[in-house]
Amino acid sequence: MRPESDDRYYTDGVEVPITPPAAAEPEPWGETRVVGKPLPRVDAYERVSGTAVYPADMTLPRMLYGAILGCPHPHADVRSVDISGATRLPGVRAVISAFDVPPALGPHAGTMRDQLFPTRCRYEGAAVAAVAAETPYQAFDALRAIAVDYEVLPFVADERRALEPDAPRIYDEGNRVGDPQRYARGDVERGFAEADVVLEEDYRTECEIHTPMEPHGCVAQWDGDSLTVWESTQGVYNVQPQVADALGLPLSKVRIVGHYMGGGFGSKLQAGAYTIVASLLAKQTARPVKLTITREDSFLSVGNRPPANMHIKAGVKRDGTLTALEFVGSGTGGAYRSGGTPTSFLLADLYLCPNVRTELTDIYINAGPARPFRAPGHPQSSWALEQMMDALARAIGMDPVEFRVRNTPTVSQMRNGIPYTTTGLRACLEEGAKAFRWRETRDEITRRGSQGHLRRGIGMAAGMWSAGGGGPPSTAIVKLFADGSVNLNMGASDIGTGTKTVMAMIVAEELGVPYDGVQIEHADTSTTQWASASGGSKTVPTESPAVRAAAIDVRDQLFRLAAEELQVDPSTLSLENGSIMCSTDPAKTTPLPRLRALRQRRSITGVGYRGPNPEGKAINPFAAQFCEVEVDPSTGEVRIVRFLGTNDSGRVMNLLTYRNQVFGGITMGIGYVMTEARVLDVDQTGKLCNKNWHDYKLPTALDVPADMTCLPIDVPDTEANTAGAKGIGEPATIPTGGAIANAIYDAIGVRLTDTPMTPAHVVQALAARGEG
Amino acid sequence: MSDAHDPTDGPPEARRGVSRRGFLSSVGTGAFTAAAARSVAAEPPSGAPVVQAAERTKIALHVNGRRHEMLVEPRWSLAYVLREHLGLTGTKVGCERGECGACTVLIEDVPRYACLTLAVEAAGANITTLEGLMIGEELGPTQQAFLEEDAFQCGYCTPGQIMAVEGMLRSDADPSLEEIQRGVSGNLCRCGTYAHIFRAAQRAAELKQEPGGAR
Repeated sequence: MRPESDDRYYTDGVEVPITPPAAAEPEPWGETRVVGKPLPRVDAYERVSGTAVYPADMTLPRMLYGAILGCPHPHADVRSVDISGATRLPGVRAVISAFDVPPALGPHAGTMRDQLFPTRCRYEGAAVAAVAAETPYQAFDALRAIAVDYEVLPFVADERRALEPDAPRIYDEGNRVGDPQRYARGDVERGFAEADVVLEEDYRTECEIHTPMEPHGCVAQWDGDSLTVWESTQGVYNVQPQVADALGLPLSKVRIVGHYMGGGFGSKLQAGAYTIVASLLAKQTARPVKLTITREDSFLSVGNRPPANMHIKAGVKRDGTLTALEFVGSGTGGAYRSGGTPTSFLLADLYLCPNVRTELTDIYINAGPARPFRAPGHPQSSWALEQMMDALARAIGMDPVEFRVRNTPTVSQMRNGIPYTTTGLRACLEEGAKAFRWRETRDEITRRGSQGHLRRGIGMAAGMWSAGGGGPPSTAIVKLFADGSVNLNMGASDIGTGTKTVMAMIVAEELGVPYDGVQIEHADTSTTQWASASGGSKTVPTESPAVRAAAIDVRDQLFRLAAEELQVDPSTLSLENGSIMCSTDPAKTTPLPRLRALRQRRSITGVGYRGPNPEGKAINPFAAQFCEVEVDPSTGEVRIVRFLGTNDSGRVMNLLTYRNQVFGGITMGIGYVMTEARVLDVDQTGKLCNKNWHDYKLPTALDVPADMTCLPIDVPDTEANTAGAKGIGEPATIPTGGAIANAIYDAIGVRLTDTPMTPAHVVQALAARGEG
Repeated sequence: MSDAHDPTDGPPEARRGVSRRGFLSSVGTGAFTAAAARSVAAEPPSGAPVVQAAERTKIALHVNGRRHEMLVEPRWSLAYVLREHLGLTGTKVGCERGECGACTVLIEDVPRYACLTLAVEAAGANITTLEGLMIGEELGPTQQAFLEEDAFQCGYCTPGQIMAVEGMLRSDADPSLEEIQRGVSGNLCRCGTYAHIFRAAQRAAELKQEPGGAR
């Protein structure tokens, strides 16, 4: 059986190249000069001054504005589209639809075909027609003037009903996406028989929608038969082949540029219908077209984290030994196969357990397709597993931290028992509990009892991320100029995690130049090398070794030249503050601009490739989170008082951006379980009821505690890669929901097994128990 | 268009450019609704000009200390005009319906959503955008504080967050933590950098107290 954990969602459907082998691995860093320090970002000035240009900010001469008409029904056939009214409106330059397809969209639509003007619309928001006009206002006027004749079809918008015999079928073969995925080891029945306590519970997490601040979009411009697209994307090399396929263009004629982008969280790993539509409109009008989807569309058609229905049955002995875990989960990726289930990985790998059985069912419904969303599948399963772990600990009268510590594995059980390169799970639990003052706080709450009507509680949860180790390929190019200044060329996107900054720090570490002086060229299919999209918490562990190798290549070449010129042995040379130093003869110190050989060459170019990961080892980041809540049982309001996130993500590359990821992950996790839920009108219309931020509640500044602590377990994973770093972005959001639910249980003694834990939900749960 | 008065300048009551009724007739979007709205529009109050949806009105916008005379459609938002006509893309658009705050600018030193402000409404008022906080090419104190505290990730909501903090500090130089949390609660950050934004707001207050920091 192929372990589910080896699926690489960020390269799904992408042909990953093979690079030349990497050079000999350098020694791990000892004490570092730059790496690990809390340094401001190299592009901070651009981001806070307004000079950073995002695709939505672009303006080109003669640029038009595009807009897409989405199907208003969850399930309908498009019988005809009358565009005549729209084409007559002022400012309208092009109108396209399924019945007015421009010739540029050949038979090549490939992976994009289902998204582009389908005549059978299987979800609300499917692209039915599109326009380009002189102003966005005129474009939206034109959309409203397009008359579409729909044959509305019966729909199903709730995966819990979609497998019933009389449910409308989305495909002839039914609403089940293939066979259930199953995993088993040991014998769960024997495990349950051996247990002192067996607990069972149902859990559900609601569908979460990415809604990045910058809506998905791009600017498309043709120069003859060459197309350039400035795309709000996490990976230019994911977008390029999709656009080339859809338009029947050679890859060399499709340039994707992705410098700044306003958030993606997994929803911008691929080209969108908007990318192709903008390109088609630009072709048809022979003018550049900017197409930014509307906020409403961002709720409908560009992905989500699927809802999850989960059942766990677990057995434990009085001494805290887990004897069996059984997990049955289902979910829906909407109307297309897009990964709709929670993950079984956490059940099978996070805690020691000899007997595990899991079964996952993916179901079609008439709703927008899912897209990867920060740790796909993990926060769902973590919500269920971590609450079950809490309940088991309570059932046997053991502290939940101690219970988890007792069940910390050193090998990856789901991957046939291969060891982890490093596992800081135990350190996360123990050091996190200490820093949080877990036991002291528990004692304080117990001692103080209930004062007034507010109830305090603490909760914790642990987690791990099934990817996060990165791997080949990656190619980086570092160029040292005659004056000692440096250029870094890499294909990776910086999606706001600080990739550019960390890579500049690596160059600075190796070449002794100021990190903020490193000029960076990145995320451009015409000028930078292939890189996998920035997702999977693997950008730092993937790119860092290549960047480090490229810088070392430059340094080796430089030292050879310098040694000859200065008549010394290359092994005595080092680089510091823009000068070459010689350990045996301080008089040989030479500022780089004074090195004749470098002046003659004008520049030295180094290339670095990413080497393979160690054979037979699993590389995973680990995490634990602790929080304290205050619940008002009369109103159901929950105030999150403080949070502590502790992570083993190997070496901390930049303490400032690392901390930001941890706090951001916690904040997103708070929204996931406290306020956010996609609401589909499953009975009447099948339409999305809350396609805006007024009705779909993101966490605000008032929903998060100011008291947040980040505690890194800063132990370089020297076996994993030459930077010693593992990913941080995704593990930082996995345990959050369970930690809050456990804290609420601690406060009020009621287990909330469904998200979101709104005041109404809390009050209802208390009332069901006969309180409140 | 009436030439009863010059709508580009003058006292606030006269400089709005369109009457309310005229505005109503202009917000109908699409040929059908626009026609319907026109048909029910009664006679305008005497002296007030009536404009149609696509008919442009001459206004003057005072942005970052500079005056821009321009022709705008009455339905154009201030955010649209700042971004697409004046090239001031520091003001971001996230929702176009007053929910996210990415488009926050200062109007007479008060944070306002530029997506819910019509350009014609803002005519004549003093508008400050992110670009207006710069001191030449140097960052202003609030911007500098966001840089130092890493109070952003993707950076798209950041201009709005900075403007919200700037506006708060212009009315209260030393806000408490709770006041800061309330002060930025109208600005969403999907990356979840609020904890760093709180620190940045505190740091900005400090920087503004320093000699040369007040602006």
